[in-house]
Amino acid sequence: MIKSLLKTIPISITMGLVSLSAAQATDLTVYTAVEAEDLARYAEEFNKSHPDININWVRDSTGIITAKLLAEKDNPQADVIWGLAATSLLLMKSEDMLEPYAPKGVEELDPKFVDKSDPPAWTGMDAWVASVCYNTVEAEKAGLTPPTSWKDLTKPEYEGHVIMPNPNSSGTGFLDVSGWLQMFGEEDGWAYMDALHVNIARYTHSGSKPCKLAAAGEIPIGVSFAFRGAKSKADGAPLEIIVPSEGVGWDMEATAIVAGTAELEAAKTLVDWTVTKEASEMYNTGYAVVAYPGVAKPVEHFPPNLEEKMIDNDFEFAANNRAAILKEWQSRYDGKSEAK
Amino acid sequence: MATTPRMHLPAGPKITPKLGSDGWIMRGFIALIAVYLIIALAFPLYAMLSKAFSTYQFDLSQFEFQVSDESGQFITESISAQSLNEKTSAYSEVDLSAGSGGRLSVTAFFPDFSFRSPVNYKIRGADSSAVFLVGSERHRGPEWLELDSNTFRRVVLIPNSATGLGNFSRYFETPALVRSIKNSLLISTISTLITVTLAFGFAYALSRSCMRFKGVFKLIAMAPILVPSLLPGIALVYLFGNQGMLKGLMMGESIYGPYGIVAGSVFFTFPHAMLIITTALAISDARLYEASVSLGASRWKTFWTVTIPGARYGLISAAFVVFNLVITDFGLPKVIGGQFNMLAVDIYKQVIGQQNFEMGAVVSVVLLIPAMLAFTIDRVVQRKQVALLSSRSVVYQPKANSGFDWICFGYCSVIAFFIIGILAVCQFAALIKFWPYDLSLSLKNYAFDLMDGGGWRAYQNSIRMALLTAFFGTIIVFIGAYMVEKTQGFKTGRSLFQFLAMLPMAIPGMVLGLAYIFFFNNPSNPLNVLYGTMSILVLCTVTHFYTVSHLTAVTALKQMDNEFESVSSSLKKPFYKLFFRVSVPVCLPSILDISIYLFVNAMTTVSAVVFLYSSGTALASVAVLNMDDAGDVAPAAAMGMMIFYTNVVARVVHLLLSKGLLKRTQVWRQR
Repeated sequence: MIKSLLKTIPISITMGLVSLSAAQATDLTVYTAVEAEDLARYAEEFNKSHPDININWVRDSTGIITAKLLAEKDNPQADVIWGLAATSLLLMKSEDMLEPYAPKGVEELDPKFVDKSDPPAWTGMDAWVASVCYNTVEAEKAGLTPPTSWKDLTKPEYEGHVIMPNPNSSGTGFLDVSGWLQMFGEEDGWAYMDALHVNIARYTHSGSKPCKLAAAGEIPIGVSFAFRGAKSKADGAPLEIIVPSEGVGWDMEATAIVAGTAELEAAKTLVDWTVTKEASEMYNTGYAVVAYPGVAKPVEHFPPNLEEKMIDNDFEFAANNRAAILKEWQSRYDGKSEAK
Repeated sequence: MATTPRMHLPAGPKITPKLGSDGWIMRGFIALIAVYLIIALAFPLYAMLSKAFSTYQFDLSQFEFQVSDESGQFITESISAQSLNEKTSAYSEVDLSAGSGGRLSVTAFFPDFSFRSPVNYKIRGADSSAVFLVGSERHRGPEWLELDSNTFRRVVLIPNSATGLGNFSRYFETPALVRSIKNSLLISTISTLITVTLAFGFAYALSRSCMRFKGVFKLIAMAPILVPSLLPGIALVYLFGNQGMLKGLMMGESIYGPYGIVAGSVFFTFPHAMLIITTALAISDARLYEASVSLGASRWKTFWTVTIPGARYGLISAAFVVFNLVITDFGLPKVIGGQFNMLAVDIYKQVIGQQNFEMGAVVSVVLLIPAMLAFTIDRVVQRKQVALLSSRSVVYQPKANSGFDWICFGYCSVIAFFIIGILAVCQFAALIKFWPYDLSLSLKNYAFDLMDGGGWRAYQNSIRMALLTAFFGTIIVFIGAYMVEKTQGFKTGRSLFQFLAMLPMAIPGMVLGLAYIFFFNNPSNPLNVLYGTMSILVLCTVTHFYTVSHLTAVTALKQMDNEFESVSSSLKKPFYKLFFRVSVPVCLPSILDISIYLFVNAMTTVSAVVFLYSSGTALASVAVLNMDDAGDVAPAAAMGMMIFYTNVVARVVHLLLSKGLLKRTQVWRQR
């Protein structure tokens, strides 16, 4: 009795029209790092055409979901991953944790959003692009001029006025670092970060925090991602979202089937739907760049030139060199800037 | 030869009292709760230790290459990666030990490699355990795979798992990690000195003066126990951050870093130190003071020759408790530590940020050492503190001295002001719409469902978890303490049990939580079903706070004469009748104390559960952490204050309940 008392009822966010068909409905456990406020909408949209599949979300930040999936490698709990960084999925692919599957209609997608293997192990949903959040009010107080490029951020005037995420704990931080290494080349990339490090007030654990700190005036400049900046701007923060002229690193949110799932058919149905035009239109509410070509409408407060500034990102490079890059980064910058 | 006949007698059989069925049942209970502690503590720790020694190694002898000439013909012999590495010394020993995510590029073996050259390469593994990637594609086994040079540059090797000390040597070769040891020790020492000094002054004022409002001061000083340790961090950001209300006081220094950690640590450890020192001061012998006065010693001299030596065990104990709390705390340095790394945060960064579970286990082992050491010294010191108070001692009664009393009152008011100030800042911040640009009041920050962290459900989960922890924890702890105190004989078993019961105190919460992942998330463990449920959170929390609860129960039971047991058994009453009719009612005040202790700590704990919650069992304390992490600082403060109010309510309920119950069950105490 005690045991049954102790056991918790798995909490499922059951969506929409499942009450009648509950008996035949298939339950899918879906791991995701999509923002909490968007999840209900995603499930609702999917259930409009597929009321017979019930999504149980397991949501957390990118790092934690990745850690969770890796920890459960030999005993997977998830059926589908819907909305996790492609770099994380590549890592899982190399650990043989994903079920390769070509979703129906995958050929319609922009090829840079599809895994190169045949059949692909994962498919992208939308891009998640680095940007700089610039608090105009605080910057004016500090007498700063708006930066226009990454190189600008190393100027002495910004010393102590910049915050960026720590790539060791934040996916956004990592995409910045891997972006610089790809844009500037390895040697110049590290030289750039050496110079930038001088100006960094501190590194945060999460990728959205620099932008939220900039929005709150805690710091004038936060290196973060465009999506977050647009949201904070919509909340009324005195922000400007700057897309550095050299180009910006990016990662994508992607979808995959977890190898070993007992619900392969339902998982395929879900993944088929995630590559449809409707799905991309749905992602477009928050993200300006989506996998299905031609559907993206401009998103409010998003910088207009964002898509053309996205670098030609080599995800394989990012995934396979991740451990080495992070190690190097850690030995150069982590804990070095102790307060006196 | 004269011998005494006694010497020739053979040694008689050793007399052991016969065990009745009661004796067996009680031993059974001891065994049962010992098994609980072994499963909830010993096994997970073992799993964690073995994880620290599980390494990943690139085994170069497992891979072979063949290189073609310019026309694509393979004419040379195949050559193993090992001999290539010996020739080129591309990678050192250190490079070859890695984390599970380590990847080794192979082009470094070929100094004249160019991705433009027409040379082709072949690669294979010695057997199916050797795995390599081409891009993100896995390949394994002894089949040759031929690749052109442009594809070959995308080949990386995957490490094999092995056992050894590799993780430790990698740890000590990483300066950023090793620096945390120094940082942690430094911060803990400074915080300990400050906290113990401040708390001593406060306790001294409470027990040696006749100032007014002692009760109120004591209540205020206890308030920090009711909030998660990261809440003072949030308050400090609002006070001294770049947009802080009192930023000017920082004189250009940043609050993010050692200053912030020390300030917050003093706040959250203050009540612990204050309680221990107050107890120590309370047991001093008034006769010593009389002697001191009659010998003509000044107040100052009396202080140094009577008061301090009398309280020394309390001071030492308080110092070690505070030291341990600071060095194992994770929430506060996470929120306000900035770039200043501490061991407990390193564990989190390794596990959550880099998914490097092995290195997380290594840092855990490193963190265990100071924690264990502080704990051991404290136990040794505690053991010496017996019989300070003899039966002839006279309890010290302070005499009114208006000048001194006013100084004490002033001092306590300042401390109380700071404590209330920190809490008030959090409440204020939670109600502001958009600090610092829109200062109008709003409840927007309470819309937890729109943010990371689990929303209002996390708050409900926390209350449920705290209730379950208080309920089951109290039962387990009290039965365990009773059996171990009141069982006759069975010495080895009992001392083993005592050891197990003391152990949780020495285990940092982060370490316990990580150990739980390794043990319970193992698919071959039948207890795997608990993973991700509420039960594992309850199990972990009960274990984490087992020691203090156990000690409280043991102290209460020790006050009961063992003659109760003798009388009961000579009356042939089964032990459980005595247990329910006498022991439980007599110990009821302590039982209630244990449950409120467990409840409050279950509400505020972060460190142990941060690895164990799942999306369905998110907790309020973890939500505070995650909301702050995502930059939603005001909502984090709001949730932190919700925890505070809940704990205040729980305390009040506890007070009323004890009063009511005590009236009914403790009448016998009045003569």
